Amino acid sequence: MDISTKKSDAPPPVSPPSETEQKRAARGVTRPGDRVFLGLSRGSGIFLLVIMAAIAAFLTYRSVIAISKDESNFLTTFEWNPTAVPPSFGIAVLVYGTVISSIIAMVIAVPIAVGIALFITHYAPRRLGGPLSYVIDLLAAVPSIVYGLWGALVLAPQLIGLFGWLDDYFGWTGILDWQGGAPRSLFTVGILLAIMILPIITSVSREVFRQAPQMHQEAALALGATRWEVIRMSVLPFGRSGVISASMLGLGRALGETMAVATVLSPSFEINASLLDPGGGTFAQNIASKFSEASEMGRDALIASGLVLFVITLLVNGGARMIIARRAEYSGANA
Amino acid sequence: MSQTVNDRRPSSLQGATLPKWSPYAIAAGSIALGLGISAAAGLDSKIQWGLMAAVFFVAASYGIAAKVEGKRQAKDRVATSLVWVAFLLAVIPLVSLIWETVKRGVKVLDVYFLTHSMGLVTDTEPGGGIYHAILGTLEQVGIATVISVPIGILTAIYLVEYGRGRLAQAVTFFVDVMTGIPSIVAGLFVLSFWIIILDMGYSGFAGAMALTILMLPVIVRSTEEMLKLVPNELREASLALGVPKWRTITKVVLPTSIGGITTGVMLAIARITGETAPVLLLVWGSTFINTDPFDGPQASLPMYIYQQYANSGGSGAAYDRAWAAALTLIAFVMILNLAARGIARWKAPKTGR
Amino acid sequence: MKLQRKNRLRALSLGAVAVSGALALTACGSDDTGTGSSDGSTTAANSSIKCDDAKGQLLANGSSAQKNAIDAWVKQFVTACKDVQINYKSEGSGAGVTAFTQGQVAFAGSDSALKPEEVTASKEVCKGGQGIDLPMVGGPIAVGYNVPGVEGLVLDAETLAKIFDSKISNWNDAAIAKLNPDAKLPDLKIQAFHRSDESGTTDNFTKYLIAAAPDQWKYEGGKAWQAKGGQSASGSSGVAQQVKQTSGAISYMELSYAKDGIASAKLDTGASAPVEATVENATTAIADAKIVGTGSDLALELNRATKADGAYPITLVTYEIVCDKGNKADTLAATKAFLTYIASEDGQKILAENDYAPIPEEIIAKVRTTVASLS
Repeated sequence: MDISTKKSDAPPPVSPPSETEQKRAARGVTRPGDRVFLGLSRGSGIFLLVIMAAIAAFLTYRSVIAISKDESNFLTTFEWNPTAVPPSFGIAVLVYGTVISSIIAMVIAVPIAVGIALFITHYAPRRLGGPLSYVIDLLAAVPSIVYGLWGALVLAPQLIGLFGWLDDYFGWTGILDWQGGAPRSLFTVGILLAIMILPIITSVSREVFRQAPQMHQEAALALGATRWEVIRMSVLPFGRSGVISASMLGLGRALGETMAVATVLSPSFEINASLLDPGGGTFAQNIASKFSEASEMGRDALIASGLVLFVITLLVNGGARMIIARRAEYSGANA
Repeated sequence: MSQTVNDRRPSSLQGATLPKWSPYAIAAGSIALGLGISAAAGLDSKIQWGLMAAVFFVAASYGIAAKVEGKRQAKDRVATSLVWVAFLLAVIPLVSLIWETVKRGVKVLDVYFLTHSMGLVTDTEPGGGIYHAILGTLEQVGIATVISVPIGILTAIYLVEYGRGRLAQAVTFFVDVMTGIPSIVAGLFVLSFWIIILDMGYSGFAGAMALTILMLPVIVRSTEEMLKLVPNELREASLALGVPKWRTITKVVLPTSIGGITTGVMLAIARITGETAPVLLLVWGSTFINTDPFDGPQASLPMYIYQQYANSGGSGAAYDRAWAAALTLIAFVMILNLAARGIARWKAPKTGR
Repeated sequence: MKLQRKNRLRALSLGAVAVSGALALTACGSDDTGTGSSDGSTTAANSSIKCDDAKGQLLANGSSAQKNAIDAWVKQFVTACKDVQINYKSEGSGAGVTAFTQGQVAFAGSDSALKPEEVTASKEVCKGGQGIDLPMVGGPIAVGYNVPGVEGLVLDAETLAKIFDSKISNWNDAAIAKLNPDAKLPDLKIQAFHRSDESGTTDNFTKYLIAAAPDQWKYEGGKAWQAKGGQSASGSSGVAQQVKQTSGAISYMELSYAKDGIASAKLDTGASAPVEATVENATTAIADAKIVGTGSDLALELNRATKADGAYPITLVTYEIVCDKGNKADTLAATKAFLTYIASEDGQKILAENDYAPIPEEIIAKVRTTVASLS
């Protein structure tokens, strides 16, 4: 067995996808069952497309109404006054807040989630692994309003010490300067979002790591590799696309998180240089906060901001798709 | 790997190893150190000494292991401790969350609470229950699941097993778009089309439709990922035996990945069960029991939690009910989860792992 | 293979258990009919409810400020008229008015009167008529604070404006000390909280600042908070919770939220003594209001710069909005019966028990006449 030729970065795919394609092409016969099944699955795909197209059309229509009435630049304005005469609103603050809080959340959550997934699949005693993964799944089920209540009542007061410490030692950077307000800033939101998306990233990563080919791991172990070397050489490369996909699911939730952010953040329509001072806002939080009292015009304006959230999510997902596509050879199937 | 294997091989077969108890000793030492420094510097936050202890633990493991066992083993130990630290770091807030919910929730949670609706109990009074909300959530989530699970899984199968060309690309693209829909926008969409344009009235079913929109992309994405992990050998073996492709998919591919798919579905259910905003717009809410999801206003658990909390001012009967309902909701999803997990385990083929 | 079949059986039976469990669940629940009459007024109130031929389901949406009042009324009304179910959703005044102009609700609750464009929109729903404002509930908005060791704090409009505009940032500021010569004001940073969501409460609070301290409060007002600085929280509940949790905090909220560790400040309005935020003082302030609505519309305008003794100027009046003509046939009877009850003497009487202020007699009399003429 010649492992050294394959070792460089990844375990070999189970088999090159091209073979199956050739086989499939060679098999000209289609049976009725096949046709029905293909029809069903294709129909589902088309159904999904139709719903999406309807939503997209609806959103675009309402957004165009709103933006055409907006007197200020929609992208760069620092205020939200759709009911003013003339209407004036912009999303600069929301873009900043959404991106920053999600970045903080991802930086904290992804490494920890991968750690937990590895812990469950490769480190924890087998008897502990099952219940643990169950507990983690359960935590994905905690409704966001409960995370919000917990964040505001339990987490935020705990963070006063941490904020003080960050301010003492890193206050000179400007971005970690703290004026001593209640710790309900974008940084707090980032931490809370990290906790909220941990379970979802962990669950998917865990499933993927579990699928890593056992033979490679055993082979590596047989050659005297330490456990970490086994993971680094055979588990992580195999799971990379899955982890990215999981992170994207998490990021999607972080970007769109509504109730928890609305409960924890102390929002305002201004951008603070410091991450620790209260203020800022995110798209979803802004929609939730303003929606119930909004007039028709106000609703359209909020929908327009929702459309931007869409586009941001799309860009993020597109990026992830590209990364995954480049590594498509690690996937077992031929998609 | 061969380089690492060949490089600096210890002369004997068994290199020096640290005793088994060493990680515990190091852990105890670093916690003590973290506490000591916190006490000395007068820091009172639990988060701080915890973080400090974690850093000490990782550093100490590396230092000691590098000295005794060599660099490769040291790296392994650092990785092990990092994984442990990650785990502990994550567990603390999660345990705290559960603990707080249970602590605050058990106050009013009893059989009466579970079997009665709010009826004519006003928010400021004690009494009442969440039966109507449980029923509403069960029905709405049930309908959404029944609609979106087959469609979602079939779409994923299409993408992975058949998908080629424009249609597949378009579907993939739109699934990505769908993951980014803010939940309130999904609610608004259904509100505009179903309730305002078609004039069908507020009902549990309207809420279920919005939940379906939110649930579909999650199911498609996770199922897709799981199907991709099924080794091609399995498909080829089945096809080579002359099994039609659709039988191969339903009898080989799906059972192999059923565990992962179930997890994905559970996550999706979990996600939508906690949705407040779209439900608030569409099912209207009611304090009475309404068993018919297709006609008339219904209640829902997350909405109940939200409304009770928003009307409570942070104390009193409504506040206690909000926490008790939150606890119920978590417990409900937990039971659901357990059941699905059991089914998945029974149905899964034995892989020998 | 045998094993698998057995498993399938187990899965099936599990499903069966789940389904039958759900069915059993459906059978065993029941509506809570309330704790009954804890006070004497309950039985008395019921006699004044005339159900007539009212039946069916009433949907209403709107202001969260009047939610508890509506709850109390609904309880009395539905106990008397078993055929009617009333679902009031407290999503917010804006949502209520939007739902009303879209024809989704029988009536809406709103903290502010209909705007001209909303009246125009309502004409499409009210065939041959338009939406009108009926004042039904009043309530004081308390200025709640959490400053250890300070009780009976007195503030005036100018100081309030400065505090909420971040111009006064410490509790031992001279301006506050001047109003409270006897209090021991601590050296503590002021944490002023406002609502992060749009709200009728914010609207009424800032209207007061505009009317009573025009030199200090230069913003134009409205449901969204406009001043810079300060911190915010979502909903009266969120604000109340932050004030409770934060030493040195101050905010504005409906009176019913200002309890358990939140004290409400008295206002120095220029009257002979500082005015407390109480139901009676709010009623006095509303009595001073004049009707600005035309025709059957009874929109009120409060005199917010009042200096009358015992009149609490930060008071909110919330309306029920219905069609004067052209209400939907299937809900008209129930709507009329319900509104007749809440405008009645008994209906107004239970308001004070829930920290709300009743509408003064001469205005509510006009409301009754209008309700009787709804069609």
